[in-house]
Amino acid sequence: MSTAAHNANHSNGSSVNESPKYKGKVLPLEYTSHEGPLNILGFWLFLATDLILFGCLFATYFVIRTHVDGGINDKELFDNISGFTTETVILLTSSFTSSLAIFAMRNNNKKRLIGWLIVTVLLGLSFVGLELREFIDYASQGYTMQRSAFLSGFFTLVGTHGAHVSLGIIWMISTITQIARYGIDSITARKTFIVSLYWHFLDIVWVFIFSVVYMTGVIS
Amino acid sequence: MSQMNNGKNAPMIPLKNFIGFLLSLILTFAALFLGMAHVLSFGAVLFIILVLAVLQIVVQLYFFMHFTESDGPKFHIVGLAIGLIFVISIIAGSLWVMTFNSQAL
Repeated sequence: MSTAAHNANHSNGSSVNESPKYKGKVLPLEYTSHEGPLNILGFWLFLATDLILFGCLFATYFVIRTHVDGGINDKELFDNISGFTTETVILLTSSFTSSLAIFAMRNNNKKRLIGWLIVTVLLGLSFVGLELREFIDYASQGYTMQRSAFLSGFFTLVGTHGAHVSLGIIWMISTITQIARYGIDSITARKTFIVSLYWHFLDIVWVFIFSVVYMTGVIS
Repeated sequence: MSQMNNGKNAPMIPLKNFIGFLLSLILTFAALFLGMAHVLSFGAVLFIILVLAVLQIVVQLYFFMHFTESDGPKFHIVGLAIGLIFVISIIAGSLWVMTFNSQAL
C-alpha cells in the first residue's frame, strides 16, 4: 500500500469523533473503523483454527510419546528442569508485557506502547534463542528428529510453536515501525491489538507444551 | 473499557494486568512443584496439571486478551467454543482409539 493510500485510510478511520459505543460503553480505538471489528473477529476465528492444528500435534505427541525405539525417553530427555522453566517464565513475562503495551495504547501513550512492544520482542528473541540452544544441544547428543517416533513428535510440536513465535517477532517488529511512522490511530491500533492476541495465544499453547510435554516427562 | 482515557497519568502497570501475571506465574510453579514432589500417581498429577493449564487459559483470556470485548454480539466466543470442541474430539478420540494398539500409551 502506498503512503498516500495509507494516509487516506488513516484519516478516514480516525474521523469518527463521536466515540462510538456499544451497550453504553465507549469502544476502544481499534473497534471504531468499519473493518476493525471484522478483522478482530476474523483473527479470533483464525486462532480457533490454529488451535486445531496444535490439537492434532498434541494428540500425535501423546500417542507416540512412549515409542522411543530403545532410545532416550521423555523422563531422561527433560531431566534438567531449569531450561524449560526459564523458557516458560520468559514467555509468560512477554505475554504480560504485551498486555501492558495494549494498556499504553488505550491511554494513547505512544512512547510506552513502543517501549513495551520492544521489551516483548526482546523476550521473544531470548525465548527462541533458548529453544534453539536446547534443540542444538539435543541434536549434538544424537537425539534428532529421525531417531524415534517420540523425538519426531517432540520436534514437530515444539518446533511448530517456535516457528509461530519467530513469525510473531517479525510481525511485531513491523507493527512497531508502523506505529513509529503513523502514530496510534484506528488502523495501527487494530494491528497492534491483533498481534497481541496472537502473542497471548502462543503463550497459551506453550503452557500446554510445558504441561503435556515437559511436565509429563518429569512425572512419568 | 475501563482501561480507556486515563491519559498520560495512567499507571505504567495496571493492577488487573499485574494480578494476571502473578496468577499465571503461580499456576506454572504450582504445576512444577507438584510434578517435582512425586507424591501422587502419574494419572492424578497429569490431571491436576491439565486443570492448572486450563485455568491458565482463563487467566490469559480474561486478564490479557480482553476476551469479553466486542462492538456487537460476541461471535468470537462461539468460534472459539467450536474450535475447542474440535480440539477435544481430536485429542480424546486419538487417545481412545490408540488404546486398542497394544503398543500405545
